[in-house]
Amino acid sequence: MSEIVIAAARDIGMITLRGEISALAKAVGMTAPAQRMSVKSEDCRLNWMSPDELLLICPHEEVAQRVTDFARALEGEFATVADVSDARAVFDVTGGGAEIALAHLMPVDFASLAPEEVRRTRMAQIPAALWREGGGWRVVCFRSVALYAEALLKDAAETSRA
Amino acid sequence: MSRRLKSGGRLIDRSRRVEFSFDGKPLAGYAGDTLASALLASGQLVMGRSFKYHRPRSVVASGPEEPNALMGIGEGGRFEPNQRATQQALYAGLVARSQNAWPSLAFDVGRVNDWGSRFLPAGFYYKTFMHPRAFWKHVFEPFIRRAAGLGAAPLEPDADRYAQRYAFCDTLVVGGGIAGLSTALAAGRAGERVILVERAGVWGGRAPVDGASIDGSPAGAWVKDAVQALDAMENVTRLSRCEASGVYDHGYVLCCESLTDHLAGKTGPRQRLWRIRAGRVIAATGAIERPLSFAGNDVPGVMLASAVRDYVADYGVAPGERTVIVTNNDDAYRTARVLLAAGLRVAAILEARPDADSRIIREIKQLGVNVHAGRAIAKVHGDDRVTAVTVCLQSGDGTPTQEIRCDCVAMSGGWSPVVHLWSHCGGKLWWDDVRAMFRPDADRPPTGADGRAFVAVAGSASGALTIGEVLADVADLMDTEEPATDSDEEAPIRPVWIMPDGAGPELRAKMWLDYQNDVKVSDVRLAAQEGFESVEHAKRYTTLGMATDQGKLSNVNGLAILADLLDEAIPHVGTTTFRPPYTPVTIGTLAGEARGEIFQPLRRTPMHAWHEDRGAFWEPVGQWRRPYCYPRAGESHDEAVQREVKNTRQAVGMLDASTLGKILVRGPDAARFLDMLYTNLMSTLKPGRCRYGLMCDENGFLIDDGVVARIDEQTFLCHTTTGGADRIHGWMEDWLQCEWWDWKVHTINLTEQFAQIAVVGPKARKVLEKLGGMDVSAEALPFMAWADGKLGGVNVRVFRISFSGELSYEIAVPAGQGQALWDRLAEAGAEFGVMPYGTEALHILRAEKGFIMIGDETDGTVIPQDLGLDWAISKKKDDYLGKRGQARAEFQRDDRWKLVGLQTLDGSMLEDGAYAVREGVNENGQRRVEGRVTSTYMSPTLERGIAMGLVAHGPERMGEVLRFSRIGASPQEARIVNPVFFDPDGEKANV
Repeated sequence: MSEIVIAAARDIGMITLRGEISALAKAVGMTAPAQRMSVKSEDCRLNWMSPDELLLICPHEEVAQRVTDFARALEGEFATVADVSDARAVFDVTGGGAEIALAHLMPVDFASLAPEEVRRTRMAQIPAALWREGGGWRVVCFRSVALYAEALLKDAAETSRA
Repeated sequence: MSRRLKSGGRLIDRSRRVEFSFDGKPLAGYAGDTLASALLASGQLVMGRSFKYHRPRSVVASGPEEPNALMGIGEGGRFEPNQRATQQALYAGLVARSQNAWPSLAFDVGRVNDWGSRFLPAGFYYKTFMHPRAFWKHVFEPFIRRAAGLGAAPLEPDADRYAQRYAFCDTLVVGGGIAGLSTALAAGRAGERVILVERAGVWGGRAPVDGASIDGSPAGAWVKDAVQALDAMENVTRLSRCEASGVYDHGYVLCCESLTDHLAGKTGPRQRLWRIRAGRVIAATGAIERPLSFAGNDVPGVMLASAVRDYVADYGVAPGERTVIVTNNDDAYRTARVLLAAGLRVAAILEARPDADSRIIREIKQLGVNVHAGRAIAKVHGDDRVTAVTVCLQSGDGTPTQEIRCDCVAMSGGWSPVVHLWSHCGGKLWWDDVRAMFRPDADRPPTGADGRAFVAVAGSASGALTIGEVLADVADLMDTEEPATDSDEEAPIRPVWIMPDGAGPELRAKMWLDYQNDVKVSDVRLAAQEGFESVEHAKRYTTLGMATDQGKLSNVNGLAILADLLDEAIPHVGTTTFRPPYTPVTIGTLAGEARGEIFQPLRRTPMHAWHEDRGAFWEPVGQWRRPYCYPRAGESHDEAVQREVKNTRQAVGMLDASTLGKILVRGPDAARFLDMLYTNLMSTLKPGRCRYGLMCDENGFLIDDGVVARIDEQTFLCHTTTGGADRIHGWMEDWLQCEWWDWKVHTINLTEQFAQIAVVGPKARKVLEKLGGMDVSAEALPFMAWADGKLGGVNVRVFRISFSGELSYEIAVPAGQGQALWDRLAEAGAEFGVMPYGTEALHILRAEKGFIMIGDETDGTVIPQDLGLDWAISKKKDDYLGKRGQARAEFQRDDRWKLVGLQTLDGSMLEDGAYAVREGVNENGQRRVEGRVTSTYMSPTLERGIAMGLVAHGPERMGEVLRFSRIGASPQEARIVNPVFFDPDGEKANV
């Protein structure tokens, strides 16, 4: 089994969009993701978060411009756009056994998770979300608990090996 | 004397000697031994002392049902009491200690309780220790505490770590015996996702010892093939040393996997708790043999018949040289077969049935064993080991017919299916008179959310007795072909609840039902006589089944005796409730990873590390840690707080306010929504301006407060208290999703998106102006306005709001740049004497100004009007949350306790929470009171104690002097004053 690698991903931009899903997706210029799913473009990912909420993940430097663009595109619509890039901590968990390690912390049925599925769940005692990214798993939680999350992931990587 | 046989023992490896110690004595066993088998092999028959009478006890069973052989295992941080020696695998260096014996296992002083046992009947404690009342605390309880209890609590922190794992499956099969393996094979072949768990370290259950052939293979070979076949299936997960502890609603099952308990090298986690969601649970948990109730059935050397053959066949250990078997069913004859095959003597079989006949009975008779039909044990001889038994007629009163010398008694009172997992979620049982057992009632299963059964039982757990019945049961459940087997017809059991039937009081007082709690037939009898008719009451009165083994051996025997005494049918008396866990689970495994650094999530603001570097003294605020103060070298916390307040009042201070809740509320109906949420009018707020608002619940009680900034026509940013961020966001969504679902409002919790820094004090503007980048003058950015701009090159949003009464700017910045802005502000502020201040200074600053604090001035029973906040309650609005609640008569009473300032006459501080006391007592005999302190501080600005409190008719009583209680001292006098102690006209903030 190869080592599990836990890497904090930096410079990830995140934009929360609330409103009617198809209108939001149109403003973003991507296909609307189905319930609980995500769609990918070259450097972005659009996650379905709830029946009236999407989360766009994009390069951090594009966020400000995109927020302005989306707000303009959605003018007149009942829609809300907010930069939430700084509210989150992002980890990439890769390597053999990554799923097993994550299953020590999250009540997630990995085997039944669709390839493009986004799982909003809990990691031990904090809210978290995850999806597949780059051959591993991308785990997102709130910024304030980043150190807790990192320590959890390291602990799980160790204890899940036994 | 128990000993190791020259050969045999299918689970041990005689080439690998394993050394261990028991009560400091070095002993050795073999790899594959349990601690119990190794002790027996070493001739150590006595393994513990009983709980109440301190009688010497040896192992009775070979599995998890063992009540007697409980030991303290391990040392230091790995010591754990009350471990069952039957379940503890032997490893090199294992250290075991006996329990409940003083000064030693061989000679125990507590044994006097036994000789005086007629003075300790059921309910003894309840009856004896009632009077005199005062004796309980000082005499009885300390005495009982010393005398009672099994193992000692560990003294050191647990040296191990633990893990938890979530898992999902279609079918969870519990039990790796023939039934469990066959079930898992069937489910696996059907393509289901299967998890199969087995408590033991080996597979196959009882079949390899009891003997069976399946599809022409002996049980052992069949098990090996089955395990291989399961391992070849990717959809099957197989876990050994993993016990299913409990079944809960929605197919949730907790299984505890032991990872290092059996190993000498204890690296990695000790145990893993599997938290499994199963589509269905199949309990193939087997059955437990019942003891027989005869006098002296607890003397070391008396064991369950199945355990005797397990020790011989599995571990090559002879519990004795001459064994008397006593039984009421055919199964015990298998013990005779195993003993004879090992070259051990079977002195006699005392067969309680008068005329039982079957193939196995004939087989054993042909081997030359004397089978005495209709016979029973009147009495076991011996103290710390069996020396002989007196035989009598089962149908008689115990009159001796003969005495048989022996050193082991193998007893079998029949089998009870392990129905625990079936029962945990409400599966019902039925009493099978023919088999004399409670069996799962397939018509009344535990049901899931869809109303359908989600637990099933297979094999012996459902009441099957022979291998043929087991396989038929599995085939029926899984709809598969039944394999060929060779099982015999067995003669029916004859229920025997007391031996002999007519035993008198003297014999009954030596018949043990619950070994661990020392409950005897005579105790249950007494309970019945005294009117304890319900099995649940009798259980609690006698403590039957209340020990760590939860009555695995005693439950059915006890209630059968109760039924007999009450002249009721057994099913009418019923069982006590089966509750998880099946066997005790460590607290460590339930806590899982949550210990040490990751015991709880700690929320850190973007500037947390900076505070830490400056030696901040932390205050926990929810899961956040906020600096309480920043003590300098040689400074007490109190001195630091005083300095921070003064510096903020006189120069400039900086506060990390990032924890405040920040909720974006936006949409065409946002203004209308906020008018409902806040007591005051928010819809009239102009973009670019801020307004302080109050939120109440439906009952009118004040639940949160904060400043609302209007960003544009449709957009508001609502600040909440630190503790209110998640709660108020949830509160907003609750109303939007459940009540006002057609209102067009979005909320987004942006609390973590922004760091927020308050720059506070007369020189605050100078600091910001030094940084430069935006106009922060009184004209461009007046009090209660906000503006977007740049400060020191960082994009910011500046709010001119004040919680201190000083000129104050709260600067929001994306969290990632919080530290950078903080550093720049600190640098720019250096020449103006800027200092960080903590939460205590924040509290004092606000208290000097008479600003209320949610959680101090409010406690869930306070409405805004109590706090003199009528000005923040709109009279113009038709409605807001809490309006109707506040109209109730209780809130209109003119003697409600209302907010006032309090000032001690001598300048000292009032005690926090102190009551304003009056003369006399109320109808409950309590001191009459007329108010209480809600906030109290030593004000560095005013150099005297200041306080706020709620006082009856308070605002009308300005100048009156009240008396406030003090702990351990006489009351303190304080005058009612205006709660705004400092700068009542607000001139300092508005500059």
